[in-house]
Amino acid sequence: MLGLNKKDSVLLLVVTLLAICAPFILNPFPTGSAMAQFNAGYPDLMQRFVIFGIFAIGFNILFGLTGYLSFGHAAFLGVGSYSAVWMFKLLSMNIIPAITLSVLVAGVFALLIGYVSLRRSGIYFAILTLAFAQMSFNLAYSVLTPITNGETGLQLALDDPRILDAAPANAGSLPYPSLFGFEMSDTYIMSAGAWQFQFSVGYYVCAIVLLVSFYLAMRLFRSPFGMMLRAIKSNQQRMNYTGLNARPYALAAFVISGMYAGLAGGLMASMDPLAGAERMQWTASGEVVLMTILGGAGTLIGPVLGAGFIKYFENIFSKINDNILHQWFAFMPDGIEDIMVTIVHPFIGKGWHLTLGILFMLVVTFLPGGLVEGGQRIGRLFRRRKTGRNDNADSTDSTKKPAE
Amino acid sequence: MSNNTFTRRGVLRTGAIAGAGVALPTIFTASSAAAYTNEPMGSSVTLGFNVPQTGPYADEGADELRAYELAVEHLNGGGDGGMLNTFSSDALQGNGILGKKVEYVTGDTQTKSDAARASARSMIEKDGAIMVTGGSSSGVAIAVQGLCQEAGVIFMAGLTHSNDTTGKDKKANGFRHFFNAYMSGAALAPVLKQLYGSDRNAYHLTADYTWGWTQEESIVAATEALGWNTVNTVKTPLSATDFSSYIAPVMNSGADVLVLNHYGGNMVNSLTNAVQFGLREKVVNGKNFEIVVPLYSRLMARGAGENVKGIHGSTNWHWSLQDDASKAFVKSFGTKYGFPPSQAAHTVYCQTLLYADAAQRAGTFNPCGIAEALEGFEFDGLGNGKTLYRAADHQCFKDVLVVRGKENPQSEFDLLEVVEVTPAEQVTYEPDHPMFAGGALGECNPGS
Repeated sequence: MLGLNKKDSVLLLVVTLLAICAPFILNPFPTGSAMAQFNAGYPDLMQRFVIFGIFAIGFNILFGLTGYLSFGHAAFLGVGSYSAVWMFKLLSMNIIPAITLSVLVAGVFALLIGYVSLRRSGIYFAILTLAFAQMSFNLAYSVLTPITNGETGLQLALDDPRILDAAPANAGSLPYPSLFGFEMSDTYIMSAGAWQFQFSVGYYVCAIVLLVSFYLAMRLFRSPFGMMLRAIKSNQQRMNYTGLNARPYALAAFVISGMYAGLAGGLMASMDPLAGAERMQWTASGEVVLMTILGGAGTLIGPVLGAGFIKYFENIFSKINDNILHQWFAFMPDGIEDIMVTIVHPFIGKGWHLTLGILFMLVVTFLPGGLVEGGQRIGRLFRRRKTGRNDNADSTDSTKKPAE
Repeated sequence: MSNNTFTRRGVLRTGAIAGAGVALPTIFTASSAAAYTNEPMGSSVTLGFNVPQTGPYADEGADELRAYELAVEHLNGGGDGGMLNTFSSDALQGNGILGKKVEYVTGDTQTKSDAARASARSMIEKDGAIMVTGGSSSGVAIAVQGLCQEAGVIFMAGLTHSNDTTGKDKKANGFRHFFNAYMSGAALAPVLKQLYGSDRNAYHLTADYTWGWTQEESIVAATEALGWNTVNTVKTPLSATDFSSYIAPVMNSGADVLVLNHYGGNMVNSLTNAVQFGLREKVVNGKNFEIVVPLYSRLMARGAGENVKGIHGSTNWHWSLQDDASKAFVKSFGTKYGFPPSQAAHTVYCQTLLYADAAQRAGTFNPCGIAEALEGFEFDGLGNGKTLYRAADHQCFKDVLVVRGKENPQSEFDLLEVVEVTPAEQVTYEPDHPMFAGGALGECNPGS
């Protein structure tokens, strides 16, 4: 299907299905129940899952295939966001020109940074990209304030020109980003018994973009070009000796992955028309590295899983407070309840970093291949149980799993 | 002959399909259209408290959260009622808001606009918050205020001191109780003139972001009106922790006053560096060298320790005020937590009460109704004397305190003393003042 082998087609189908049904899958608990705290099926977080998924897929094209560890990828995300918001301000609230520009600008920016940084490899490359990204952050934060609006972040204003758009009917309120009349913020809320499912236009736009970028990444992984990138990772020197120049390939991978980041940035601005400088900070760059490693570097689905994992913790665990804990443990006797709350307290609310850190450590220690390896192990366990002695075939099978 | 091949699986499958078919129409009945975003349908109403729990302003955030919890307790009729008893409006009965019990959700802004907006959106989209409040930095407050305007809920700003929050970035759904940089300048100037005379050379160190700039602009304007000369203004990066390299040039610049437009940890470090360099013992142009910190808070004073003694600044509120309202608030906060509240705690407590009162008076949670009830609202009994919520820019106008680091503190909380209470008239400005011009409130947005 679509030029993919059977295994990849299945993977693509599974991802498609997951993306379509996400509002159901992520809302397993009835609204109003104690567990509703863990529901993630609201538009903002679903959009974030998908957008950071795209960001991580792009990062993985560079890091997973060529092995070049960029520590400045957030700069492209930020540049993409700024371009998109400027497009909303100047041209039109339609998201197509905005996203197109953000991809292009991020691409050009990546070409510049990549051209310089790729002269070095390993730790030097990482440091160079980090330096460029921090430079962009600091410029955006203060020096370039007329363009970026500094700390406050670039926002829409009532008196923006928006030359392509007709004057809004309601002059006192800001227009929303839209796709040919469909506003990104529109949400259809479906109640089914105790459950509530939210279907947001913005989320499905993001999901379609994710599927397209996932498909492209898949084709790229399987192409001769992808093979060349893997060659860079395994032994660049040997590649040079065979008469191949590695740098154009690496640069192409860098630009492509920068464009993915720009796409993610543009989408992010389309869902929520604001671009802040923090998006470019080194912590943001570090986050995408974590996502990729956590999910499984070099695998197709891994980065998307990693992105979801981290965003889930950031948004769900940080919102649990002591009050909610007391509700959870209310069934216990008073003394024990307080002790339980005291024990759990450091891991929730402001302690979400700690929980995430511990989980990250566990994953990296016990599953060096990331969450994907965890999935494979579980899968193998089941298959082994099913087929009994047929171990041999299975283990060879799993080594052929996508994209190692 | 009938072909009866009922298998267990077959029956189950048919049953499941039939069941799903019957249930389908009920699934697609969307919830009834609300008149405005997150209209509270049940017996409770949810407020969103969005404060920095991690990052440079985590101390302020933690104190804000305490005050929010206290306010919710008082609104629901718990505790001793705090400032509800002294508040000039007596619409609130202590039975929640409009008879609905007040519940709340909390979030971590991380002092980043992106994270703050994500957290606020999750409150609005997932938890059904009808109002979002908080913020311990102006960038975050402005970003979240914009979001609330788009989403159609009310935003009650917490600790945000930049002119822009109710200046060029003001929004119809956003309200600020805290004072701003212009007011700091206007309140400090007369005191500075009286203390240090009108012939001074000031050197500014300014945190390099929006708030720092507006504060520098305000203070420069206010002091130059006194006849002071501005020697130099130097921007320092927000992430700086060591200011030695910025302090050294001050010594040879001929300046005799150093103005630190810093907040939080920045101010603690820059003030400590300045004192270590012996600036306070210096005599320049025959005058004692002086340091001014325009925006003061008790948490900062505690961080800077000994160094704050005798240094002047302005603040929104201080727990040592002796009016009934302040005493009532300090008492109930102290009873619950064991120490006096900071100005951040005070302003968010007031904001929560003001919101609840406006909803009660308006008889609705509709943001437009609440905005109307808050606009031009005059009140008293919240610790700042007579206060006006101006309709033109949604900024509160009230007295501003000029404070000084205490020479002989009695306790670890007794660090500042009030030097003067500058009356509201003196810090009031026109809505179209050049420092605030450029934005528009727009129209209130009730959302869906």
